[in-house]
Amino acid sequence: MDALLRTEQITKQYTGHRALNQVSIQVPAQSIFGLLGPNGAGKTTLIRIINQIIGPDQGRIYIENELLKPSHVQQIGYLPEERGLYKKMAVGEQALYLARLKGMKGQEAKRKLRDWFDKFDLMPWWNKKVEELSKGMQQKVQFIITVLHKPKLLIFDEPFSGFDPINVNLLKEEILRLRREGATIIFSTHNMGSVEELCDHIALINKSEKILEGEVRQIKKTFTSRIYEAEMEQIGQWSGDIPDKRFKLIRAASQNDTNILRLKIEGNATTNELLKFLLSIGNVSNFKELTPSMNDIFIKKVTGKFPLEANGETEEKTS
Amino acid sequence: MSKTATIVKREFITRVRKRSFLVMTILGPILMASIIIVPVMVAQLSDSEYAVAIVDDSKLFYDRFDDAESVSFTPLGTNIEHAMQLMHDGRFDAVLHIPEIAFQAPSSLRLFSEKSVNFNAKLLIENILKLEFESLKLSHAGIDEEVLRSIETPINIQTIRIKDDGELITDYPEISMGLGFISGLLIYIFIFLFGSQVLRGVLEEKTSRIVEIIVSSVKPFQLMMGKVIGVGLVGLTQFLIWMVLTFSIVGLFQLTMPDMFRFTPDEEIFITSSQVLSAEEMEKQQEYIQQYDTIAGQLMEGLSAINFPVMILSFIFFFLGGYLLYAALFAAIGSAVDNEADTQQFMLPVTVPLLLSIVMIQIIISNPSGPVAFWLSIIPLTSPVIMMVRIPFGVPYAELALSAGLLIMGFIATTLLAARIYRTGILMYGKKSSYKELWKWIKHS
Repeated sequence: MDALLRTEQITKQYTGHRALNQVSIQVPAQSIFGLLGPNGAGKTTLIRIINQIIGPDQGRIYIENELLKPSHVQQIGYLPEERGLYKKMAVGEQALYLARLKGMKGQEAKRKLRDWFDKFDLMPWWNKKVEELSKGMQQKVQFIITVLHKPKLLIFDEPFSGFDPINVNLLKEEILRLRREGATIIFSTHNMGSVEELCDHIALINKSEKILEGEVRQIKKTFTSRIYEAEMEQIGQWSGDIPDKRFKLIRAASQNDTNILRLKIEGNATTNELLKFLLSIGNVSNFKELTPSMNDIFIKKVTGKFPLEANGETEEKTS
Repeated sequence: MSKTATIVKREFITRVRKRSFLVMTILGPILMASIIIVPVMVAQLSDSEYAVAIVDDSKLFYDRFDDAESVSFTPLGTNIEHAMQLMHDGRFDAVLHIPEIAFQAPSSLRLFSEKSVNFNAKLLIENILKLEFESLKLSHAGIDEEVLRSIETPINIQTIRIKDDGELITDYPEISMGLGFISGLLIYIFIFLFGSQVLRGVLEEKTSRIVEIIVSSVKPFQLMMGKVIGVGLVGLTQFLIWMVLTFSIVGLFQLTMPDMFRFTPDEEIFITSSQVLSAEEMEKQQEYIQQYDTIAGQLMEGLSAINFPVMILSFIFFFLGGYLLYAALFAAIGSAVDNEADTQQFMLPVTVPLLLSIVMIQIIISNPSGPVAFWLSIIPLTSPVIMMVRIPFGVPYAELALSAGLLIMGFIATTLLAARIYRTGILMYGKKSSYKELWKWIKHS
């Protein structure tokens, strides 16, 4: 797949600290790309550089294999993390103004705005001042302004913070629709759970550096935890010993007659071998692999350990 | 339409539509016109007559008081107690008591009143008595009053300035002073008024968090310049409307009430005082009338000696130049802080040169071509105000060009400097900035 956006070795130095260090990412066309990482990792800096709000010290950015240039701002829609509107200005007039700044013609902007306002039931508020709108309505207006000029690339920085659940769903639907219509979307967030199910590609950024990038399915395959959970019955006879040292018991809990065992496979042992062992000690009623969340993968990447293991170990000690 | 023009348009339209703009636009000219009209009207429509009873125990002066325009005198033959009673009954506003020994001891004169004394009446009485005392003393000394009066020669030196091209023009420092002071002050007020509008506008964009949305479409520099130019145009528009309206109001008054403007307020005072002392000295009054005829003429001549096209053009130039210079700095301040309270720490270096200009106006007026005046009208930070003060006195074109050139360089410099602070500042939230921080922004970006 062709990359819509490509950054090459982006470095940005601020006095005192380096915000980005040689960051290269590839955002495939029509993908939903998650730019993930903790607060202060450098995500917003990278997004501002893509938006040409600030310039990089080193590195290059390409959009559709074309070096980033000022006219590209018309092909990007950006909803910043810190977002707001002129409080005293009328809603419709303001949306029109911001659309014109994006390079849209007055008539075209007006027509499209009406469509969007109708869709989001905002039309009665066209002539009202922004300060008279509820927070949720203001957010809808901001969203409309971001997508109005039909940009090829949409960038949402912390998109769902501050949105109420109904608006979040509305937004997710609209974003998926825009993608179907050909847009490429970048989500930047520190709250990895909030976008996990939407993204098909991600890049992890930590301490100014990219530490991981790729397709979500692929990454999850690479980062199998090899931790399994088994629900067992009738294991009363079992002493708790595991003769095969390649299996490690992380946690054992019991619920009524059911015992829940969490085990980790190490070395070259297979799932079948683990199952064989489990069958030898009792009846297996349920058996599954614990798939790591993006958050788990991030922590594993940074600390070298899955939180599933860490949790297990501490719980084992306390129990 | 370019993006900067779109921004300029928004800044202009949202401000011009505001109610405060309308109020200022209407109130300004009314205020300015009333500064011209009210004193004339006050002088003209003097208030109700102030009745003064005179009890002259010395019998020397009682018939010397002639009614003036707003003061009437009534000599009473009664004693002071009776006069006081009459005043208490409301027949008089004040009682002037001239005791028997008044001629020997003028300090024994008394003016009684139940309300506070009318200041004009007091001046009038003092004037009359002064002249009467003098002529009495003259005749006591055996000097003919006529001779003395004929010696008195009013001196009024005509000041003539030799222009660069050798043309001689009569100079009227008083008129130049007034004009210089007013235009200097106006520039100061306009810079402050519209400069702080820029500051508040930048701050509004920053605190409402709309700025990041905008700078993803336009360059921070475009946004800053759009605001500065837009607000500047508002200022210029307001100024032009003010000028047109002020002159219309004054003109309308002159048309409808031409009598009122026959004399300027100053001459009005001449008239009243001369009338008082001149009942028996008609030719003296004639003399006075001649004199204020020439004063009125001088005023007209003085005003016509001022080069108004140069005045107005330089006003617009120095207003715009000064505004651009300071507005950029105001924009930088607005971008560097998070709320209005924090602006204080950065305002000082911007306000000091402006305040200095205002404080220096007095000194400049007393010596408009001295070294202080020269330097302050050349340095771009003070030149907008100071040069406008100097221009009515006549400034060599070379100096004007030097000052204008430096002002243009000055505002380009402050704009570039401000732009560096601005583009970093608008994206900084929740961080208290210091001068050290600003310097880093300037150096780094």
